[in-house]
Amino acid sequence: MDFADEAPKLLMLLYGLIAFAVVVGGLLVLLDVVPNWFARRREAALVAAAPVDAPAAAGPRPRRRSVANRPEGALALFFLLPTLLLLAIGLVVPAVRTTVLSFMDGNSDNWVGLANYRWMFAQDEILGILTNTLIWVVLVPLVATAIGLVYAVLVDRARFEAVAKALIFMPMAISFVGASIIWKFVYAYRSGEYDQIGLLNQVWVMVGGEPQQWLNNAPLNTLLLIVIMIWIQAGFAMVVLSAAIKAIPGDVVEAARLDGVNPWQMFWQITMPSIRPALIVVVVTVSIATLKVFDIVRTTTNGNFDTGVIANEMYNQAFRFGQTGQGSALAVFLFVLVIPIVIYQVRNLRKQREV
Amino acid sequence: MAVQSRPRQALAIAGVLALALGATACSGDSESGLDPDSAECAPYSAFQGHDGESVSIYASIRDAEADLLRQSWKQFEDCTGIEIDYDGSGEFEAQLQVQVDGGNPPDLAFIPQPGLLARFAQANKLKPMTAEQKTLADTNYPADWLKYATVGGQLYGTPLGANVKSFVWYSPKAFAEKGYQVPTTWQQMIEISDKIVAENKKPWCVGLESGEATGWPATDWIEDLMLRTQPAEVYDQWTTHGIPFNDPRVSEAVDRVGSIIKNPKYVNGGYGDVKSLTTTPFQEGGLPILQGQCAMHRQANFYANYLPEGTKIGPDGDIYAFYFPAIDPAKGKPVLGGGEFTVAFTDGPAVQAVRQYLMTGEYANSRAKLGNWITPNNKLDVSNVTQAVDKLSMEVLLDKSAVFRFDGSDLMPAAVGSGTLWKGMVDWVNGKDTKSTLDFVEGSWPK
Repeated sequence: MDFADEAPKLLMLLYGLIAFAVVVGGLLVLLDVVPNWFARRREAALVAAAPVDAPAAAGPRPRRRSVANRPEGALALFFLLPTLLLLAIGLVVPAVRTTVLSFMDGNSDNWVGLANYRWMFAQDEILGILTNTLIWVVLVPLVATAIGLVYAVLVDRARFEAVAKALIFMPMAISFVGASIIWKFVYAYRSGEYDQIGLLNQVWVMVGGEPQQWLNNAPLNTLLLIVIMIWIQAGFAMVVLSAAIKAIPGDVVEAARLDGVNPWQMFWQITMPSIRPALIVVVVTVSIATLKVFDIVRTTTNGNFDTGVIANEMYNQAFRFGQTGQGSALAVFLFVLVIPIVIYQVRNLRKQREV
Repeated sequence: MAVQSRPRQALAIAGVLALALGATACSGDSESGLDPDSAECAPYSAFQGHDGESVSIYASIRDAEADLLRQSWKQFEDCTGIEIDYDGSGEFEAQLQVQVDGGNPPDLAFIPQPGLLARFAQANKLKPMTAEQKTLADTNYPADWLKYATVGGQLYGTPLGANVKSFVWYSPKAFAEKGYQVPTTWQQMIEISDKIVAENKKPWCVGLESGEATGWPATDWIEDLMLRTQPAEVYDQWTTHGIPFNDPRVSEAVDRVGSIIKNPKYVNGGYGDVKSLTTTPFQEGGLPILQGQCAMHRQANFYANYLPEGTKIGPDGDIYAFYFPAIDPAKGKPVLGGGEFTVAFTDGPAVQAVRQYLMTGEYANSRAKLGNWITPNNKLDVSNVTQAVDKLSMEVLLDKSAVFRFDGSDLMPAAVGSGTLWKGMVDWVNGKDTKSTLDFVEGSWPK
C-alpha cells in the first residue's frame, strides 16, 4: 500500500486526536483551575478574616458567612450552568418541539390536530408495533433481572465466582449492533439441501427438524430478538444485584442462620428484602433501555416480518419517510410511556433518602 | 491538593500546546496541482477565479465508487483551485433531510430520488439554474431525463450517473453448453426456465436483503413488469398515484413477477427456496451464476460492481447480461433505469462553477474513462465506456425506439417508495397474498 496516498486520512486522524486533546485537556484544566481558584479565594478570605476574629469572637460571625457564601454560590452556579444549559438545549427544547411537531403534518407546515395520534391507533401495522413494544417491556426486564438475580445468588461465594461472573457480564461490553450481528449468525438460514451456517438451525436439524427462517416467522421472531436483549442485560442485572447481596450486613445473615433458616427462607426473607432497592433500580433501568430499543431491531430485521418497535418506527417515519408529524407522535407516545417509570424511580429514591 | 495539582496542570497545558503546534506544522503542504495557465488546464479556464474556495458535495455513493468520483474531478480541482469536499453516506436520504432542516445543507448533493428532489424544490430549498446552465442542460441531456428534475416548470438538476435496470445476468458459457439461445421474448425466457427446471435445477436467483432498504430489488421487478404489461402512460399514472396502488392492472404485474420469484421451482438457485430470498443479500444474489448453480439474475448494470475481482464480463466471458425481454415486442422496448441528479442548495460562484462543470461533456468523459459508469449526457464519447454491460447499457439508453422510464419507487413519496413498498414486497415474498399487500401499500400513500 502506498503510504503517501493515506496521508490525508492520517492527517484527519491527527486533527481528530488534537481536537480530542484540546477539548478534554481544556475541560480537565478548567475543572481543576476554577474550583482551586475559588478554594484559594476562600482560604484568603478566611485568613483575612481571622485576625479580625481573634479579639471579638461573637461579632464577625455573620460577616464571615457572607464572605464565604458569595463565592460558594458562584461556584455552584458555575457547575450548574453548563448542565442547565445542556439540559435546555438537549432535552427541554427538543421535547417541546417534538410535541409541537406531533400536531403538524409530514412537512411540518400545517396543523392537523390529533390526526397523527389517530393514525397511530388506527393502522394495524402500528398497533402491531405497539404490541411488540409491550411484549419487549414486559419480558426483558423480568427475565433479565430474574436470570441476573438467580445467577448472582448461585455464584455468590462460589469457587470460581470471578470467572463465572465475567462470563455472563461479557456481553455487556458488546454494542447492541455487534450483539445483533452475532445473533443474526446464530439464527442464519440455509434451506435443507445445503449445510446450515446458523447454530440454531444446525441444532434444530440435528434433532430432526426442518431448517427454519427464524427471523421471518412472527411472533416467534420477536421473542428471538428479545433473547438478544436479555443476553446483553442479564450481565448488568447480575453485577448490580451481586454487589447488593454482598452489601447485606453479615450480622443479619448470621442472626438468620442462628434462627435456623433454610436457603429458601434465607432468599425470600433476608436476601430479597435487603436488595429490594437495587432490584428496583435494575428493573427500572432495564425497562427504560427496553422501551428505547432500536439497534437490535434495526440490525436484525429492520422492523420487517412484524418485528417493529416504537423507536424503530419513529426513526423510519420521521427520517426515512419524511413523515415528521407521525414520527413525532410516536416519540411523544414513547415519552408518555417512560414517564410513569421515571416517576416511580424518583419517588423510590426519595423514600430511600428519608429512611 | 491545590499545590499538588499544579505540575499536572502545567503538563496538560504543555501537552496541548505541543500537539497544536505539531498540527500547524503538518497542515501546510496541501498546495499541489498544476499551473492554471498550462495547456492541460485550458478546458477549465471558464471555471477559474475561485482559487482557495471549497465546495461540499453530499451523496449516497461510497467506497470504491466514491474514490473514482474524487479522481474524476481531481484535474478540475488542480486547475481551478476549488477544493471539492465530497462526503458519501449510507444514510444519505435521512441525513440530507436533517442537514437541510437544520439550516446546514451541503452546497451540492447527488439525489437519486426525483421524489425527494421534488420535496426539496417545493420547500424552496433548491437553487434554480442560471440561464447559461439551463441552456447547457438542454443541449447535453435528453428532455426525458430533465423532466425528472423539473418541478413546477423550473429545472433544478441534471443527471450525473445513470443505470439501466432492465437486464438479466447470465453465464454465456453455461448457455452455450446447453445450447440455449439468449431469449429475445418473454416466452423464450420462460421456455429456458422450464428446460432448466426439467434438469432438476433452479433457473433464477434473487437476493432482496439490503439492510434498511431490504426489498428494493423486488420493487424493480414490479416496475419492469408494469412497463411490460401496461403502456408507459399507465406506469406514469401508477407512480403519481393517478391509479390506486391496488388497481387490477398493478396486481396483474405483481402476479406476473410472482410467477417467477415466488415460484418454488424457479428460485432460489444456489440459496434454496422462496424463503431464502429476503435474507440473501442483493450483492450476492447473482453470484451463484458463476458457480453454475443458477442461470439467470435480473439486476441493473451496476451489478458488475459486486462481482468478484477478475470476473470476465462479456459475451464470451464468465458472465454477461441480456435485455429483460418485453412480453409483446410489438408494443415497443420498455427500459427501466435510474440515476442521480446534481442539485444545489447554495449558489456561491464556486458552487455554480462546480455545478456547471459536472454538466459538461468534459466531466462525463473524465468519469467514464475511469470505468463502471454511464450517463445520459449526450456529449459522452461512447468509446470511453469499456466494460461490456456498460456498453450494452449505453446502447439501450441511446436506442431511439426504447421507451425509458425512471425507477418508479424513486418517483413515489418516500413513505411508499422507500417504505411500505419495500416492506410490502418483503411480506409478499414471504407468503402474503397480492391483494392484501397492495391494499396495505395503497393505505399508506400520504394523503
